[in-house]
Amino acid sequence: MATPSLPGTVSLTRDSGGARLTLRGDWTLPHYVDLQHRANELAGDMGTDVQVDIHDLGAMDTSGAFVIAELLGSARTQALAQDTALPAARRALLKTVADAIDTYCTGNKPVRDAGFVVLLERIGKAMASFWKQTAKLLGFIGITLQGFASTVWRPSRWRVTSLVSHIEQTGLDAVPILALLSFMVGAVVAFLGATALASYGASVFTVDLIGFAFLREFGVLLTAILLAGRTASAFTAQIGSMKAREEIDAIRTLGLDPIELLVLPRTLALLIALPLLTFVAMLAGIVGGAVVCLATLKMSPSMFLTMFQDDMSIAQFLVGMAKAPVFAFMIATIGCMEGFKVSGSAQSVGEHTTSAVVQSIFVVILLDAVAALFYMEMGW
Amino acid sequence: MSALPTQATAVEPVIQVRGLVNRFGSQTVHEDLDLDVRRGEIIGIVGGSGTGKSVLLRTIVGLVRPVAGEVRVFGENLLALDEERRSLVERRFGVLFQSGALFSSLTVAENVALPLVEHAKLPRPDAQRLAGVKLALAGLPVDAGRKYPAQLSGGMIKRAALARALALDPEILFLDEPTAGLDPISAAAFDSLIVTLRDALGLTVFLVTHDLDTLYSTCDRVAVLSQRRVLAVGPIDEVARTDDAWVQAYFNGPRGRAATFAATQGKD
Repeated sequence: MATPSLPGTVSLTRDSGGARLTLRGDWTLPHYVDLQHRANELAGDMGTDVQVDIHDLGAMDTSGAFVIAELLGSARTQALAQDTALPAARRALLKTVADAIDTYCTGNKPVRDAGFVVLLERIGKAMASFWKQTAKLLGFIGITLQGFASTVWRPSRWRVTSLVSHIEQTGLDAVPILALLSFMVGAVVAFLGATALASYGASVFTVDLIGFAFLREFGVLLTAILLAGRTASAFTAQIGSMKAREEIDAIRTLGLDPIELLVLPRTLALLIALPLLTFVAMLAGIVGGAVVCLATLKMSPSMFLTMFQDDMSIAQFLVGMAKAPVFAFMIATIGCMEGFKVSGSAQSVGEHTTSAVVQSIFVVILLDAVAALFYMEMGW
Repeated sequence: MSALPTQATAVEPVIQVRGLVNRFGSQTVHEDLDLDVRRGEIIGIVGGSGTGKSVLLRTIVGLVRPVAGEVRVFGENLLALDEERRSLVERRFGVLFQSGALFSSLTVAENVALPLVEHAKLPRPDAQRLAGVKLALAGLPVDAGRKYPAQLSGGMIKRAALARALALDPEILFLDEPTAGLDPISAAAFDSLIVTLRDALGLTVFLVTHDLDTLYSTCDRVAVLSQRRVLAVGPIDEVARTDDAWVQAYFNGPRGRAATFAATQGKD
């Protein structure tokens, strides 16, 4: 590469002696595109009787050899590689490239088809994968419940250490962020209520708004969405990276049950942590609302509490809290299941983590909507 | 560039390491290490675990900045060059990392085409076609190019990674344990592939390995790393006679004797 590189050329001449193909210059990567075009132009004119002259060829690398091999075809390239007038290294290169093409490049090229059919195909595939996904989720819920049933009467198989550690990670560690979030949402709801109700002269009912909102809906919904983002993703990443490194297989071959070892402690931990966190979120939201009421509506704390106590019943609290275990179970199950679906690469861990968060938030909001309809019909 | 290594150029070092010192925290990996690699040769680097074979490779390609000493590749000190000139030198060597280091979000063919598109500025369809040839050179069928690295076996990953290392027709090929984790048949095929490519493409090969069979079947010279420096360097028979406990255990242990036997049988 020390010598300046002359662009490669190829020319086809015809005289009485027959056709003659002359290759000159450097047949290297920088000239690949030009040479390829030139070779494609000539490819149609090449007869079977053409003489090939590559003795004045400058440098040649694999890309150059590839163009030559394509232009001449396999048989003539192999013949050229036997030409003892050429340097040994050049013959070896031609032969290696020709062999490689003969052996491996004979497969047909992929056909790319576009348009309406592809659209239909994708819709079909998406539907099929949605059903498969749902079936898998139901299956996994079944396995988890079975795991619960088989260990619940045998305290010796309870993984208490793991359970406590997961309660700490998913519950205790989430308290600050959850409390702050709920406090601020509570304040925002109170502001909205105070502004909207003021036009009816009913701004004092902001207290009821906050109470209803947080006891019935926001407390549990905010907690569930936060944990779907925080915990479902963590579960998927933990189990997924174990899956990618064959640790799950190792658990199986040691005669242990990955469901019992990994899924049950996580699910139980979330079943315990999520209701507790919901309670924290309710309190923080109500406090946030109360602060706004005290500041903007000139309410006294005792007045707020009296109103709250008079208008809210324990049923509101129970209706909200009843949803917490269901959400917890779904978030934990989806998080763990996505972890088990990881295959091989680190990229797969990332994909399934995203999928776990999206699915669990979707399921939480769907179930919440169904629950709201149910409660309304029941008149609770 | 003539692919034929003539006698005059064969002795000119393409890699020159002088007084190299590498230290991680309090642990000194290399101390005053010297090594020359000649154009057109296959040099095998051996040494026990933790003697800094891979670190030496990473230092030469410029991934590790040495504490002291100088590394010259094609007469240039990589760490002293500016970005642009360094990139020009880097295009003249290819590296095969221990676990392949294929980009997992790209197909195998896209992996190989990447340097062709980025550096040789080929249009994508041309680059893909040429990538197919490189894969074929490395011994992979065309349809392997459409797969993702996660779908390949260990041997195929090594071959695909080799195809990517060969993408820009490098002059030096760095191989970090190319046959580790391969079955003996794949390993032997890989060894002969390296020799074929060296002969055809005029490569200089810097080979870090534990595999005695690879050493005997491919290497022109062997360098032994021990006690933080190059303990011995030369043709394998000479190196095997070095008076050092580790060298003796390595080359004249049961595995070493088996490899020697296999190598001499092969020559007869």
